[in-house]
Amino acid sequence: MEFLYASEVLVNGLMAGVMYALVALGFVLIYKASGVFNYAQGVMALFAAMTLVGIMEGRVPFAHLINAMFGVHVSHFGWTVPAIFGIALTALIMVGLAIAVEKLVLKHLVGQEPIILFMATIGLAWFLEGLGDVMWGADVKVLDVGLPQGISDGIEAATNDWLGYGFFIDKLDIWATVIAAALVAALVGFSQYTKQGRAMRAVADDHQAALSVGISLRFIWIMVWSIAGFVALVAGIMWGTKSGVQFSLSLIALKALPVLMLGGFTSIPGAIVGGLIIGMGEKLFEYFIGPMVGGATENWFAYVLALLFLVFRPQGLFGERIIERV
Amino acid sequence: MKLKLATALTALLVAGPAMADLVVPNLSYRTGPYGANGTQYADGFNDYFTLLNERDGGIGGEKIQTPECETAYNTEKGVECYEATKGNGALVYNPLSTGITYQLIPKVSADKIPLYTPGYGRTSAKNGKVFEWVFNAPANYWDGASVAIKYLLDQNGGDLKGKKIALVYHNSAYGKEPIRTLQELSKKHGFTLSELPIDPPGQEQKSQWLQIRRDKPDYVVMWGWGVMNQTAIQEAANIRFPMENFIGIWWAGSEVDVMPVGDAANGYKSLTFNGVGTDYPVYDDMKKFVIEPGKASQGGQFVGSALYSRGMYAAVVIAEAIKKAQELAGSSAITAPQLRDGFEALDITPERLTEIGLPDFGPEIKMSCDNHGGSGMARLQQWDAGAKKWSLITEFTEPDQDVLNPLIAEDSEAYAKEAGITPRC
Repeated sequence: MEFLYASEVLVNGLMAGVMYALVALGFVLIYKASGVFNYAQGVMALFAAMTLVGIMEGRVPFAHLINAMFGVHVSHFGWTVPAIFGIALTALIMVGLAIAVEKLVLKHLVGQEPIILFMATIGLAWFLEGLGDVMWGADVKVLDVGLPQGISDGIEAATNDWLGYGFFIDKLDIWATVIAAALVAALVGFSQYTKQGRAMRAVADDHQAALSVGISLRFIWIMVWSIAGFVALVAGIMWGTKSGVQFSLSLIALKALPVLMLGGFTSIPGAIVGGLIIGMGEKLFEYFIGPMVGGATENWFAYVLALLFLVFRPQGLFGERIIERV
Repeated sequence: MKLKLATALTALLVAGPAMADLVVPNLSYRTGPYGANGTQYADGFNDYFTLLNERDGGIGGEKIQTPECETAYNTEKGVECYEATKGNGALVYNPLSTGITYQLIPKVSADKIPLYTPGYGRTSAKNGKVFEWVFNAPANYWDGASVAIKYLLDQNGGDLKGKKIALVYHNSAYGKEPIRTLQELSKKHGFTLSELPIDPPGQEQKSQWLQIRRDKPDYVVMWGWGVMNQTAIQEAANIRFPMENFIGIWWAGSEVDVMPVGDAANGYKSLTFNGVGTDYPVYDDMKKFVIEPGKASQGGQFVGSALYSRGMYAAVVIAEAIKKAQELAGSSAITAPQLRDGFEALDITPERLTEIGLPDFGPEIKMSCDNHGGSGMARLQQWDAGAKKWSLITEFTEPDQDVLNPLIAEDSEAYAKEAGITPRC
């Protein structure tokens, strides 16, 4: 029975890892194409989820500000929008955000040190955090795009018949796994088989060389930030469905950091494998060792595991090896 | 023009509250991971003082100012807020954070300013002999733990022997507060207690709920805050844990905790020490003097919610203490030490609550020099997902003082020794 319990923990850890990987993917995309560690990725997920709820519920953006300035009481337009259109509209807004980021921030920082670009994304995170609250309010929002939640009865019954113990698998986690797999396949396909994808890889390899063959760096940046915005939207939907759309959603970025350290900042498969290892590792550690040390080991263990990998492989499992000759 | 603008701006910056006013700083949090909770509480707190200002011209003829300072539920920022506002004639602080409270206890003791922490903070501050400047009536965390266990005893014919109770808690100073009491109660009543900490903010709790699914406790008691609550209630629903056997502390009993879970949260229970909803006479005046004239904090969108009501209740207790202090001092312009006297002489009877327009809203609060925590009474409420509202399911119940009093004495005496305090009263 103990083995079955541990197996259940392992499977659930892998599923949790997929949720972490969804967040990590956004970081990887931007880092790979522009060498920028986008501190705002978590806040982008929050902003995207807030915008999606706002659109779906027909909320008036900046209602609070409008009410305070003009002494009126507006909150909703009085209509609702189906999830699929809401997602499409939010994706468009994330493209708009990518264009704004490129035009207002990145364009002015071309050629600057990576740390300057990193600092700019910290500023962007603060800005987006405030903008989201002012636009849509700081209340906890319910996000329902039709994804099922709760124990999968089929899996529970099947494992019970087969093994004598019904496994718990959350239906939302199954959906997250399917969506993450589709997303990764689409991203890999895009970067391997499309002109823009190849251009993105060229920029990732060498900015100067890519520019010299006529690739527009600015277009690539807008494209990459748009894709990262879409990935943030997907992560926001998954995490927002799980526990409501609220500020804490932006903190899921903290869960992605050990995944990136382990998988490497430049590898899409690395983000997935890293997520799986972290998810599985932290859950098994909590199961076997947690009770002996008072529990709540997951956050701590994820970073320890990532640090251990760093000692032996500083570039992460799938990261590019950096060789600098003096 | 520029000069005029600069002069006006400078005047605004340096003015602060008028010194003749009664200053009750509102150390609130409207941003950060707990902003959704803090906003509602702060609104209720502000609105009651606005009501007193608009309807009665303040308290004893003195207007009340509630300058807000944003703490983001961050202990360092909370201390900064305290330092930044204490010089403006602050009479009392209510920071709505156990972490900030722990840091402020030595500071308010040195500055001689009351710290009012209803339902949170350091439990043993109930002992006024040691904690001269801290008040935590009507109930503290240990009261909450005891009332929850008393309820479970009632549900089980007075016998919890052989029962399994799991405590799911926020892995912080706040979440750890009830452990000591629950351990004592488990010895007394013979139930098995398992402790499951969750790292804040608490969006990932799969391991803990898998353990609950395996161990099959009869009841789960939760000390959570913010996103941890919604996630826990969702995870409980996911593993089909019976909601009626899941009880949260009062900080895990607001609309924001259950609404995101939808119908699956139906039947979830929590402790409370205040009423909920707008079905109280005070809201007639609130509507007339505050909401309709557009003076409600943040537009009044949360009026009547559990956390709004709790913020309003904190303001009611502070206002009553100010009134009592004015009576004792024979002056309307009171000082912070005089307000401490007001708190120690406070007696909010059921009749007085009815006069205020809040009949049966909270338990009687009677404090004294040695009792800064009141009766410790609390009650249970249950979430009705269909009607989207909380229903009170028990009367106010007293905690098990036989267990709690020795614990409070032990903890406060240890603090007194450590801080070099000679007990008074």
